[in-house]
Amino acid sequence: MWIGNLAFAADTLKHAENSHAGGESSSWMLHHISDSRTIDLEPFGHITLPQFPPIRIGGLEIDLSITKHVFFMWLVSLILIIVLSIVARSYKKQIVPHGLANLIEVFVVFIRDEIVLSVIGKDGLKYLHYFLTLFFFILLCNLFGLIPYGATATGNLAVTGGLAFLSFILIQLAGIRKHGLIGYYKGLVPHGVPAFVAPLMFIVEFLGLFAKAFALTVRLFANMTAGHIVILSLIGLIFIFKSVLVAPVSIAFAVFINLLEILVAFIQAYIFTMLTALFVGLSIHQH
Amino acid sequence: MLEINPGVAIWTIITFLILVAILKKVAWKPIIDALTQREDSIRKALEDAQKAKEEAQRLMEENKRNLARAEEEVQRIIREGRETAERIRAEILEKARKEADMMIERAREEIERHREQAMLQLRAQVADLAIEVASKLIGEVLNEQKHRKLVEKYLQEISSEKRA
Repeated sequence: MWIGNLAFAADTLKHAENSHAGGESSSWMLHHISDSRTIDLEPFGHITLPQFPPIRIGGLEIDLSITKHVFFMWLVSLILIIVLSIVARSYKKQIVPHGLANLIEVFVVFIRDEIVLSVIGKDGLKYLHYFLTLFFFILLCNLFGLIPYGATATGNLAVTGGLAFLSFILIQLAGIRKHGLIGYYKGLVPHGVPAFVAPLMFIVEFLGLFAKAFALTVRLFANMTAGHIVILSLIGLIFIFKSVLVAPVSIAFAVFINLLEILVAFIQAYIFTMLTALFVGLSIHQH
Repeated sequence: MLEINPGVAIWTIITFLILVAILKKVAWKPIIDALTQREDSIRKALEDAQKAKEEAQRLMEENKRNLARAEEEVQRIIREGRETAERIRAEILEKARKEADMMIERAREEIERHREQAMLQLRAQVADLAIEVASKLIGEVLNEQKHRKLVEKYLQEISSEKRA
């Protein structure tokens, strides 16, 4: 990210000069983190993404324009479809994996055995394709933020919220499928609770369902955003101090944080998948 | 940064659901099937190997048992052979000894008989000789009849003395 966005230089210098007057000087960082309607390809210019007029549904105005993050989600999806179908085809030719298939297989087997089978059990295999897609999608979105000109779609609350919403639906559906609509929501209240506490417990547990999804949303978003802010801050130090001498230190730290980010990208993809599986497991095995 | 753009959320949901559907068809199903198939084949191969090992073990046990039985049989046959041989040897030996004893006995009897015969002959000859000598010495003093009786009598005494 810090290599590609040479645009910082111009941006930052401008802001640094402006901020002498005492203004805020962090908006340039937000510019690089938050969603936008253009894809920056500085110094080669930028691509403006197509925009649609907002749609009104009820009282809500929804803008379905394509943004940077949506574009990168699609890019990630395209890459996943291409790469994984190549892998799938390689299995048809011979059953012994080689090359890329080996790498993918490690994750697939891990998610199947260590996440789905160990947390949910045999029932979870029905939802295996969801967990696999979730993991690879989040992982690739996370990693895309680390390459030049890339953007982290998972560093957007709307994206993580959308994923968490799907996970929330899956958790409910899995529970309802197993216990029936009434049985599932009745099962939310733990056994052995006195009758007068039960309604209260039901409300708490019901809100807990949303809290889980909310936690998923914020965790992924915060983790992906935090690393980028740290990297940008470290790079920004060079321009704030206006000294080349700061550069080696800043860049050394930025590289370190970037490596850390690679780790975090994997960990967060794992955690999101793992927690979704855990909640699905909880709703299937209610007691 | 913290605002939520519902449009992006909707795009996320649509994108992700389509992605799940496509990947399930083109990637996950074939990959998982291949994995399962491979795991099954490995499990089967291992089970087969285990079975083959047990079979081999069983055969080896059986062979060992058979060998032990054969060994025992051989030992028994050798022992029996040895006993039979021993018995036959003893029998032959016994028979030979008996035969030898019998032969010796017979020979001894023969010898005794011959000796007795010789003795009798000798006695008669000696008597004759003695009478002849005595008659030559004494002349015709006594008749032959009286002499013979006398000599017989002396001889009898001598032989009885010898025997006693």
